[in-house]
Amino acid sequence: MPPSITLRGVSKVYRPPKKPPYLAIDGVDLDVDQGRFVSVVGPSGCGKSTILALVAGLITATSGTITIRDDPVRAVRTDVGFLFQRDALLPWRTVRENVSLALRFRGLGRREIADRVDPWLARVRLAPFADNFPHELSGGMRKRAQLAQSLVVDPSVLLMDEPFSALDVQTRNLMENELLELWGASGKTVLFITHDLEEAIALSDELVVMTAGPGRIKARYPVPLPRPRNVSEVRFAPGFVSLYERAWSDLRDEVLRSYERSLRSAS
Amino acid sequence: MSDTVTLGVERIPLARRDWFVRALQLGVILFFIGAWEGLGRAGVLDPFYYSRPSLFLPRIAEWFAPGSTAGDIWLDIRVTLTETVLGFVIGTLLGLIVGYAFARNRLLGLAFDPLLSMFNAIPRLVLAPVFILAFGIDLASKVALGVTLVFFIVFFATFAAVRDVDQTLVDNVRILGARRRDVTFEVLLPAAFSAIVASLRTSAGFAFAGAVVAEYIGSNAGLGRRIATAEAFFDSTGVFGGIVLIALLALLLDSLLQLAEGRSSRWKPRRER
Ligand SMILES: Nc1ncnc2c1ncn2[C@@H]1O[C@H](COP(=O)(O)OP(=O)(O)OP(=O)(O)O)[C@@H](O)[C@H]1O
Ligand SMILES: [Mg+2]
Repeated sequence: MPPSITLRGVSKVYRPPKKPPYLAIDGVDLDVDQGRFVSVVGPSGCGKSTILALVAGLITATSGTITIRDDPVRAVRTDVGFLFQRDALLPWRTVRENVSLALRFRGLGRREIADRVDPWLARVRLAPFADNFPHELSGGMRKRAQLAQSLVVDPSVLLMDEPFSALDVQTRNLMENELLELWGASGKTVLFITHDLEEAIALSDELVVMTAGPGRIKARYPVPLPRPRNVSEVRFAPGFVSLYERAWSDLRDEVLRSYERSLRSAS
Repeated sequence: MSDTVTLGVERIPLARRDWFVRALQLGVILFFIGAWEGLGRAGVLDPFYYSRPSLFLPRIAEWFAPGSTAGDIWLDIRVTLTETVLGFVIGTLLGLIVGYAFARNRLLGLAFDPLLSMFNAIPRLVLAPVFILAFGIDLASKVALGVTLVFFIVFFATFAAVRDVDQTLVDNVRILGARRRDVTFEVLLPAAFSAIVASLRTSAGFAFAGAVVAEYIGSNAGLGRRIATAEAFFDSTGVFGGIVLIALLALLLDSLLQLAEGRSSRWKPRRER
């Protein structure tokens, strides 16, 4: 399979006003093959969100090149789906209007929009809530609405930044299974960010561990677990535990390093 | 034993019983009027200065009677309301446009910041005589005062709302394919509108106050004029009649806006009672 997303020597220096510049990620090389589900884990502040924002073109890299399907990222990419950690639904729009946004921006007519939005509302089980406002939904329902919102234009690449970290454990497992189901035979490439190693292994084909900031790629592990998976059962599968232990020993060192550094900078 | 659980009859606190609250509110008002009347009759409050409800309430009725000698009350009300609405609408539009422009263009905002802060620091009512000299004794000067009052409220509300808009919302719609114009109309302006709606009642109140004060200082018509005339004749009953009428109008205006506010903010989270 050809790579769908590539990063070559990508670095990002933030230059906040009145503060010293900050190297967030340093020389990151990463290939994500088409149709693969790849998760990135790393300690807090190591630059995970930065990588995703760079791929989506929300911010520009200080050096290095990023391409999505051989097309260099120069501006905001509208051919990807992006799931934010924080609520990103427009609070003044109903669920249906929110899910319709991408189609409206593309200038589709009312009927076409309805024809494409209705199946998505049904698929994420929000049809009965189509005319509710986001604040009238539960956290899990809002996440499903956001999934529908970004998938309605059928992007071939899905970027997800800790999308489920604000949910309780049960809702989270349900959402993870729903995501796997939606992704299933879709052939979409997923780049998934999380700080939860268990979630990362349960969902992915491949696991990427990052170093404490400035973020570099420390290790990559293929995840040899069969699909289809059920996230609440897969953690008992043979292979899960040994992979978890190996990846955790990598991750633990970086988390400790990041923690020590935060203590030092606090004192 | 049945499986059904009987809930105890829930005791509704008094503060939640609508009829009780209403009766209480009415009682407070009646007590206030009664006390005013009583103190006036007992000679504690000199009616020459403070009038009495039994004097100014009939006076208001007299104003509304056909062929009243005090001039057409409907004309006065119409004049004051026209000035209020114009001041409110123009001030809101200007505040919205300038607030939006300043929030979007950093340099513009920085350049004008000291000047605007200075203007905002001026107690606006002292501008009334200036406006009357500059724009004459009619409508324009009253509207101008209302505009200066409303403008700053809406300007600051819009500016803050657009500047502090949740960047996640903007990033999200951009990835969904929003162009610059879409970002403005789908995210920035709605965020600003909700701040403006929240300040709607305040700014309408200010427009009304601006109109009345400017009329009081110099005009040929309006409720402020009516009060100034009564004052010139040492007619405290006329003054209080005008004040009460203005208060009632302000109350009416406010409840209309409250209705509009409720209708336009259905999307906002509200604590269930
Ligand atoms: N706009 C910015 N200006 C300055 N520094 C920034 C900015 N955005 C991020 N950073 C810094 O860059 C580093 C990486 O940030 P990033 O958000 O990518 O981390 P992360 O790995 O997503 O962390 P978390 O797991 O906590 O979400 C952090 O140290 C952060 O303080
Ligand atoms: Mg992050």
